[in-house]
Amino acid sequence: MNILNLFKVSLRAVASNKLRSFLSMLGIIIGVGAVITMMSIGQGSKASIREELAKQGTNLLTIRPGADMRGGVRRDPAQMQTLKPADYEAIMNEKKYVTYVSPEVTASGQVIYGNSNTTSSMYGESTDYLKIKQWDVQDGDNFTEEDVRKSAKVCIIGKTIVDELFNGADPIGKNIRFKSIPMKVIGVLKSKGYNSWGMDQDNVIIAPYTCVMKRISAQTYYGSIVCSAITEEMSDHAIEELTDILRRSHKIKEGGIDDFTIRSQAEMMETMSTTMDTVTMILGIAAGFSLLIAGIGIMNIMLVSVTERTKEIGLRMAVGATGLVISIQFLIESIFISLTGGIFGVLLGVGASSLLPKMGMPSIVPAWSIFLSFGVCVVIGILFGYIPARKAANMDPIDAIRHE
Amino acid sequence: MKEENNNKAVIELDNVKRYFHVGSEVVKALRGVSFKIYEGEFVTIQGTSGSGKSTLLNQLGCLDTPTSGEYYLDGVPVRKMSKSQRAHLRNKKIGFIFQNYNLLANTTAVENVELPLMYNNKFNSRQRREAAIKALEAVGLGDRLYHKSNQMSGGQMQRVAIARALVNNPAVLLADEATGNLDTRTSFEVLVLFQELYKQGHTIIFVTHNPEIAEYSSRNIYLRDGQIREDTINTNIKSAAEALAALPKPVDD
Ligand SMILES: Nc1ncnc2c1ncn2[C@@H]1O[C@H](COP(=O)(O)OP(=O)(O)O)[C@@H](O)[C@H]1O
Ligand SMILES: [Mg+2]
Repeated sequence: MNILNLFKVSLRAVASNKLRSFLSMLGIIIGVGAVITMMSIGQGSKASIREELAKQGTNLLTIRPGADMRGGVRRDPAQMQTLKPADYEAIMNEKKYVTYVSPEVTASGQVIYGNSNTTSSMYGESTDYLKIKQWDVQDGDNFTEEDVRKSAKVCIIGKTIVDELFNGADPIGKNIRFKSIPMKVIGVLKSKGYNSWGMDQDNVIIAPYTCVMKRISAQTYYGSIVCSAITEEMSDHAIEELTDILRRSHKIKEGGIDDFTIRSQAEMMETMSTTMDTVTMILGIAAGFSLLIAGIGIMNIMLVSVTERTKEIGLRMAVGATGLVISIQFLIESIFISLTGGIFGVLLGVGASSLLPKMGMPSIVPAWSIFLSFGVCVVIGILFGYIPARKAANMDPIDAIRHE
Repeated sequence: MKEENNNKAVIELDNVKRYFHVGSEVVKALRGVSFKIYEGEFVTIQGTSGSGKSTLLNQLGCLDTPTSGEYYLDGVPVRKMSKSQRAHLRNKKIGFIFQNYNLLANTTAVENVELPLMYNNKFNSRQRREAAIKALEAVGLGDRLYHKSNQMSGGQMQRVAIARALVNNPAVLLADEATGNLDTRTSFEVLVLFQELYKQGHTIIFVTHNPEIAEYSSRNIYLRDGQIREDTINTNIKSAAEALAALPKPVDD
């Protein structure tokens, strides 16, 4: 029997039982739809996080205190205090591959103006910070070197703070209180909105790091130091240079372990990507289980179908169908059901994925997830069609044709 | 009781036995059956229920294999053949007609008749359709080609089944109680068809428990307890067409 005839026979069987075929497809449709949607959410989030990180400057370098934590070893609290003003000075004196440098000290707490109050984070930075982050002041001005030297109680604030505290009034020149310290607002930042984590990037106060260290958190070390390499391509040179400077400044001997960690934005993006790929995979596998269940559903229905069509199988055998031909007929049937389900599932998944951004969720349908879905559907069709097909093929034509 | 026959033997059974093991018991359905059936014969096989008729027909139809003995179909020994070899043999050499028609539900007459050719690589879809139409015309259903099986009467369904058995131009037609589900009149109509096929030279083996039918065949084999009790040539074959004409007219015709 040629394969074309086999297809005809199988498809006729599918068509003659449309409702049942559709119901067994339904599991696959939902399963594939879920897999594709999950993949697209994972990949979409990855892309939007990458974009976010890129926006912050791809030449951004972050120096954090403590040894490289990627091993996951617990950190000694003393290790968190290794970045000192002397390091900043050394970097400023020796830097060649680094353009801008800003020590960073953060604090969070209540901000008050008049009767209004809100909770925010204060970033103590140098005057370079806005250039590193490619951020602009919309009204007023950035603070000056002078302000830094004097630990001046001045600050620039994000749009959220303006909205929360000033109710339409001009904030420039007004004094707000952060943790009861009065700070004069000298500038308002351009709005950045929410990032892909859902964090409000405009709920910030930026002040000279000297002021935050001295007057607010009373500490002598930095939380971190952010820099920008002269170009993204020079990031590796910049990291080498900074490592060299800091090791000397910290008097770390040859072979000793760094008590600081430098990450480039590119590296952060890589880490993020890897994490998001893992998340995508987990989402995909979770959704994949529904495909497994759908496959079992197909097997179930095929088994019922084989039993129901025992007489027909007997007749086909009597007129010359071999066991092999019968089993192929049922395999084609199950593959057809799962593959057709797959096609509709892909449509469903792509449709759902294209609606997600409208609800604020990033989504990108990777082409490979579509091919993967089709592949999985064929495998499911074969895998779960095999048992029913074999059951049909092993029937005795005499018994089968007598079956009522 | 055999008489000389110049035709070639389509079927030859040589001491065929078929035992079934049911638990610790052995059911001897066929206890050594030997006969030859020649091309162009119309043989009825008779016997009471349980005498082994169906078991014998299953051997002849290559659906089952003898426990011992040999069966030659068209000169080819069948007993040692594999399952798939037997399937191919059925496809080429045998036409089955069943008591309950066994048509595919919701399928047109012509598609039902095409079924055996679906498993024959030598036919493309056009040739298949042509052969099916020819077979349906031969059984008088040329005007019912595209009627679905469930839109037909019992007699029509059995004609479709006969067309399906004829479509591969088999060496032998095997019918198991082919008129068993039909009323008297329709039975005779089908019998007329069988007699026509016989006259055209088809070899027919017709299993029945109805002794009357033997009068319309050319030879009758009588089975009892898995053995042949009688094997007689019918020299005075009655005409089914005449018998049909003699039947009282149906009221609503
Ligand atoms: N598959 C089988 N297993 C066991 N016994 C069987 C089987 N097929 C037939 N028989 C037995 O063989 C005998 C002959 O059966 P069968 O050929 O069907 O008779 P008939 O068709 O003449 O009524 C019966 O006793 C029946 O019970
Ligand atoms: Mg019987």
